Amino acid sequence: MKGLILLSVAIAIIPLFLVVANVVVEGLPAISSGFFTGIPPSPLAGYGGILNGIEGSLLMVGMGTLIAVPLGVGAGIYFSEWPESRLSFLSSFTNDVLAEFPTIVIGLFVYALVVAPTRTFSAVAGALALAIIELPIIARTTEESLKIVPITLREASMALGIPRWKTIFRVVISTGKSGLATGILLGIARATGETAPLIVTAGYLNYPPTGLFQQTGSIPYIIYNFGTAGYPNWITVAWGAALVLVAFMLILNLSVKFFIGRKSTGVRAEI
Amino acid sequence: MSLPASLIGVQPKFETKGLKAGFKSTWVLNGIDIKIPPNRVTAVMGPSGCGKTTFVRCLNRLHELTPGAVVEGEALLDGEDIYDRNTDPVAVRRRIGMVFQKPNPFPTMSIYHNVVAGLALNGERNKKKLDHAAEQSLRGAYLWDEVKDKLTDSGASLSGGQQQRLCIARALAVEPEVILMDEPCSALDPTATAKIEELITQLKKDYTIIIVTHNMQQASRVADYTTFFYLGKMIEFGETADLFENPKEELTERYITGKFG
Amino acid sequence: MTASLKGSRRSGSNGDLILKTVVGAAAIGIVALLIGLGIELTSGSWLSIKTFGLGFITGSTWNSVTDTYNVFPAVIGTLTASALALLLGLPIGLGVAIFLSERAKGMRAGASALGSLVELLAAVPSVIYGFWGLAVLAPFMRDYIEPTLKTYLGFTQLFNATPIGTDLLTAGVILAIMIIPTISAVSRDILNAVPDSQREAMYSLGATDWEVVRKAVLPYARSGIFGATILGLGRAVGETMAVTFVIGNNINLPKSLLSPGATLTTLIVNQFGNTFDPLSEAALVEVGLVLFLLALVINILARVLVWRMTRSTRFRV
Ligand SMILES: Nc1ncnc2c1ncn2[C@@H]1O[C@H](COP(=O)(O)OP(=O)(O)OP(=O)(O)O)[C@@H](O)[C@H]1O
Ligand SMILES: [Mg+2]
Repeated sequence: MKGLILLSVAIAIIPLFLVVANVVVEGLPAISSGFFTGIPPSPLAGYGGILNGIEGSLLMVGMGTLIAVPLGVGAGIYFSEWPESRLSFLSSFTNDVLAEFPTIVIGLFVYALVVAPTRTFSAVAGALALAIIELPIIARTTEESLKIVPITLREASMALGIPRWKTIFRVVISTGKSGLATGILLGIARATGETAPLIVTAGYLNYPPTGLFQQTGSIPYIIYNFGTAGYPNWITVAWGAALVLVAFMLILNLSVKFFIGRKSTGVRAEI
Repeated sequence: MSLPASLIGVQPKFETKGLKAGFKSTWVLNGIDIKIPPNRVTAVMGPSGCGKTTFVRCLNRLHELTPGAVVEGEALLDGEDIYDRNTDPVAVRRRIGMVFQKPNPFPTMSIYHNVVAGLALNGERNKKKLDHAAEQSLRGAYLWDEVKDKLTDSGASLSGGQQQRLCIARALAVEPEVILMDEPCSALDPTATAKIEELITQLKKDYTIIIVTHNMQQASRVADYTTFFYLGKMIEFGETADLFENPKEELTERYITGKFG
Repeated sequence: MTASLKGSRRSGSNGDLILKTVVGAAAIGIVALLIGLGIELTSGSWLSIKTFGLGFITGSTWNSVTDTYNVFPAVIGTLTASALALLLGLPIGLGVAIFLSERAKGMRAGASALGSLVELLAAVPSVIYGFWGLAVLAPFMRDYIEPTLKTYLGFTQLFNATPIGTDLLTAGVILAIMIIPTISAVSRDILNAVPDSQREAMYSLGATDWEVVRKAVLPYARSGIFGATILGLGRAVGETMAVTFVIGNNINLPKSLLSPGATLTTLIVNQFGNTFDPLSEAALVEVGLVLFLLALVINILARVLVWRMTRSTRFRV
């Protein structure tokens, strides 16, 4: 039995090594300084670069995070500080459900809401979809990191005659802020890797973005677009983009783990 | 219940009338009537679970922060009901400081910022005033000499006894009139305990002190008056020596002779 | 100095109210978002709902020439791929969870490092798995696994097809890889929530480690593990990119596990942008609506099961 359990552990992590190894081996040839400054190549014309994807991803993830952080942190504060209220229960449950929602569905929602009426794919639509995807992650981590701030600290503060709202800001949030930062980083990590919702909201452009209401490329879209094409150089570009993405993810996740040193807790941990 | 002779005619600092408190459906305090004299140390004693903590938490309206908590009756501070509808709990808490069982300095703040937290977070910006308050309070808590060279260190870097004195300094800094202490020495070693006890006897010059303790020697050493609680009722109130030497109630006697099983 | 106890502007009750209102609005926003999702998807697909009715689910034709958009093959594809994923992923995910929660007692460092690795697995974006699946896994399946399956199990309809690598089976395998972290992370929390007294009681009867897991821990955690499984199912049903790469994208009814197919999610991605024709657009949004309802049911069920096990123990200080 012990053997079977060890076997399942092995089977579970072998793909991780294989994926990372393949991405590194296949992606390295594409990487040169030009890979970060050029645009994707024509068929059979070298490796070019993925600047359009980098800038598009930065733009959309950045905007999405700016939208998601205030909402998510706000809701997280509400969940943690007013846990008894009925709204807290309902919203926190909804939040859990939303966190697991197929992201393509969220993409379609934004499609129906923004893309269809404006008749154009856009960075704004993409950012909105990413914001909705980040929101429940940020809300949940905020809640968890504030909830573990000991009640005795809140009481110490309240006993000094400090009003509750100030206690929340200056004592509770200030004590739980590393957890809050973790949540935002996890949200960013998740959003950066999302592809499906961008396909139906942001579309693709082979040039760096010049406006908010036009089609906008992204790193994951490049992997999809070029990875399914038939030209060898395009496939290598896709591997290169995958390497950039995986490196970014690993760095973000490792810094969350070791920098902020937050203990992993189940459901939240799977980003 | 008769008042001790020494208190007849003394205007109480704190007075409760029919104070009841509990959680959801169960009452923990069943109507407490007590008069706390000003500038004296009053000890609250009684077996575990009799409601001592609940009682002191009612006196600065901290009890009501617990979900499901209920309070009834009156608690008069200088004759003014702190449970009056128009009373602001935040204003109450500024006049009544509290020291908790376990030292609880704010972990993200320096020693200095811990001490001035109450002032700073209530809007005091004047650096001179804050510095002055910090030094005064730390001196008041007999901590100044030990920390004056490391005010920017984290509050959590101090020893347990120092942390507790830091918490006392933090309470002093907002210049309260009453200080509630809930077993302030229970997490400390004898040396640290002796320091805190000495501090308490000094503080009563300026403050009215209510201290919860399980330790009769401690009550004898620091408290002018002692009250005995049992199952949410106040059984007896008297001068400490008097209460220990000739208790008027059988329950009190059984408690001080250690006959509770 | 005897300050008044009466409320004043400085006291902060205004601040409390403002804070509660603002953060409460964010909490309401989350609920509104879910409701908005449902409404917007329904109204966006109204044309298709009106045109096809229930035939949308039961019909098998997706044809832009005849303007008929039905999704039965994709429903079958989703069910098949998800079932395969659970079949392969559940035992492995559970094994990892048992390792992390039970074995961990003796070897903390090793287990927590392993736990982190498995979590990293979940951090790799699905598009990477998809691309890797297409470039590495699919050829491997085509050249090694599928011919073997065909040789030995080809007599059943399930494995009777020419191995091509991009098919339902490969989709199931890639999905299994992706849901293992979900199942193992949630199950580990569930197993950790099993009180030690349950284990000790069984040990004191002279049980071995394995017997303790099987007879004390797993039965106690049954409903929670079921919840974790449903959560994994939810992930599999909603996963898009990883599957898009490897499933072969065939909108007709698949004939075997070795045939190319489509799922509800891949249908959206692949048909998208082919046309801005109103009916096909509405049909794609309706696929989203179907997924929305599926996800809603699956996740509510899973949450309730997982919550019952972990919420009560989780935040107690
Ligand atoms: N949060 C709570 N919810 C429900 N009941 C509580 C809560 N806190 C305390 N109680 C109950 O109220 C009663 C009085 O508790 P309290 O803490 O006031 O006792 P105490 O006299 O301070 O005891 P100790 O000497 O052990 O500190 C106890 O029976 C306790 O079980
Ligand atoms: Mg107590």
